[in-house]
Amino acid sequence: MNNVMVLFRRELASYFATPLAYVFIVIFLVLAGTLTFYMGGLYERGEADLLPFFTFHPWLYLFLVPAISMRMWAEERKSGTIELLLTLPITMLQAVIGKFLAAWAFTAIALALTFPVWITVNYLGDPDNGVIAAGYVGSLLMAGGFLAIGSCISAITRSQVIAFVLSLVVCFGFLLSGFPMVLSLFQSWAPQGVVDAIAGMSFLTHFNAISKGVIDLRDLVYFGLMIAFWLYANAVVINLKKAD
Amino acid sequence: MIETQSLSKHYGSLTAVDDLSFSVGSGEVLGFLGPNGAGKSTTMKMIAGFLTPTSGTASVCGYDVVDDALKAKQCTGYLPEGAPAYAEMTPKQFLNFVADVRGLQGDLRRQRLSEVHERLHLGKVWDRPIETLSKGFKRRVGLAQAILHDPKVLILDEPTDGLDPNQKHEVRSLISDMSQDKIIIVSTHILEEVHAVCNRAIIIAAGRILADDTPRALEARSRYHNAVRLRVAEQDKVAERLKALTEVASVEQDEDGALVALPANNSLPYPAIAALIAEKGWQVDELAVESGRLDEVFRTITNVAGSRT
Repeated sequence: MNNVMVLFRRELASYFATPLAYVFIVIFLVLAGTLTFYMGGLYERGEADLLPFFTFHPWLYLFLVPAISMRMWAEERKSGTIELLLTLPITMLQAVIGKFLAAWAFTAIALALTFPVWITVNYLGDPDNGVIAAGYVGSLLMAGGFLAIGSCISAITRSQVIAFVLSLVVCFGFLLSGFPMVLSLFQSWAPQGVVDAIAGMSFLTHFNAISKGVIDLRDLVYFGLMIAFWLYANAVVINLKKAD
Repeated sequence: MIETQSLSKHYGSLTAVDDLSFSVGSGEVLGFLGPNGAGKSTTMKMIAGFLTPTSGTASVCGYDVVDDALKAKQCTGYLPEGAPAYAEMTPKQFLNFVADVRGLQGDLRRQRLSEVHERLHLGKVWDRPIETLSKGFKRRVGLAQAILHDPKVLILDEPTDGLDPNQKHEVRSLISDMSQDKIIIVSTHILEEVHAVCNRAIIIAAGRILADDTPRALEARSRYHNAVRLRVAEQDKVAERLKALTEVASVEQDEDGALVALPANNSLPYPAIAALIAEKGWQVDELAVESGRLDEVFRTITNVAGSRT
């Protein structure tokens, strides 16, 4: 546990040692704000909630999370520090978890900085803050899912660009699988069980459920399992590809 | 104590390390020699616990590098090839991070940090990002990281590669200083380095051990062992005379023009040659007995292996 914390601190500090962190946070906030107010029509709707704000999070994360995760292992591999890291007395799982938690904490910081939106709706009206809190929880869990996928994929390659594109595609798949458009492709021929399974794999379905204010244990378990599975795969991938 | 038994590593159909068995004891500085792609780095990576052996075992301080990986890593310091380090960190941050992971605390931690700070002359660059440092300083930061916890076993993959002569000298004397109570494995393809720091050398090629001996004994395998090198005015006439001696097998001209009299069947041609010089009264500008040429031994050994496979 101690080693996870040591690694976590180093990784988190490394985000802020380069302009990456600041560029990311600024872009995230600008996009989140623009989408909420212009496309989501936060004012025009005349309702005191943050639905227009959270609706766009899956799409924001789709592009921005791979931008964070792409460097997680690809850079270690490219600069050779992976050899250093894995010959220090830490286990593979500690390394994977430490790096993941740092990236997740970083997105949590970016997410937390959207608090002016929350202040705005509280100033203008009387929203259900419980629903908003649930929305933040759901958003953070979804970011964790995306990050775990991205982390695993960035371990496959030493090229950050490849890691970015591949993560984006895989994340896109996990988002889309809940869309009626995609599901209707399967509905005509596949058994209902398969269609349900595909829909059940979707980030969107689970995120929407949580962001409506209903924190169902199943949705939490889904994201928990999703993160655990991809991080485990991450450790396996590193073990397999260490020699390259 | 480092011990490997039938250590092998395959990449698909390629055999990088083939059935390597050796053991290194305390106080030994083992030079790992071999042409590029001989399997030096792969072997070191397996001992350091980065790569998993395909078959065979390796143990460090009695801990198996696979089954007891954490304990083995605790007593090992490892400098990977090229001395990688987190570029955005300063040496101070980086070494503190390594100290954290190594679990160094309190007085011991302060003392170790200040020791590597002193010993590797990191004062000037202590607070500058590693990416802005020169190659020599980067290498020193890598070495500092490897010796920070005062490990029993040190594995250094090409520690002087790309350094200038002064820096090379510094690194070598550092290794020599530390050698008494440690086990050190150094890989290199610079042969003079073996002389300077190692008391044992293993030559490997194509993943196999071809020679395992002291540098001196390896030199003795050279046909230049005990050869006499001399520089005189009338080269041709002197060469003729030297050839006539029974102790001399043949006479060669070195790249720089000096004559080299090669000994016949392990004889010592020097006394006879010195006597001849005194008798004839030749004007000699240079006269030296060679201990042997490692590079020639290296070439002979690795080429024989190359032609066999």
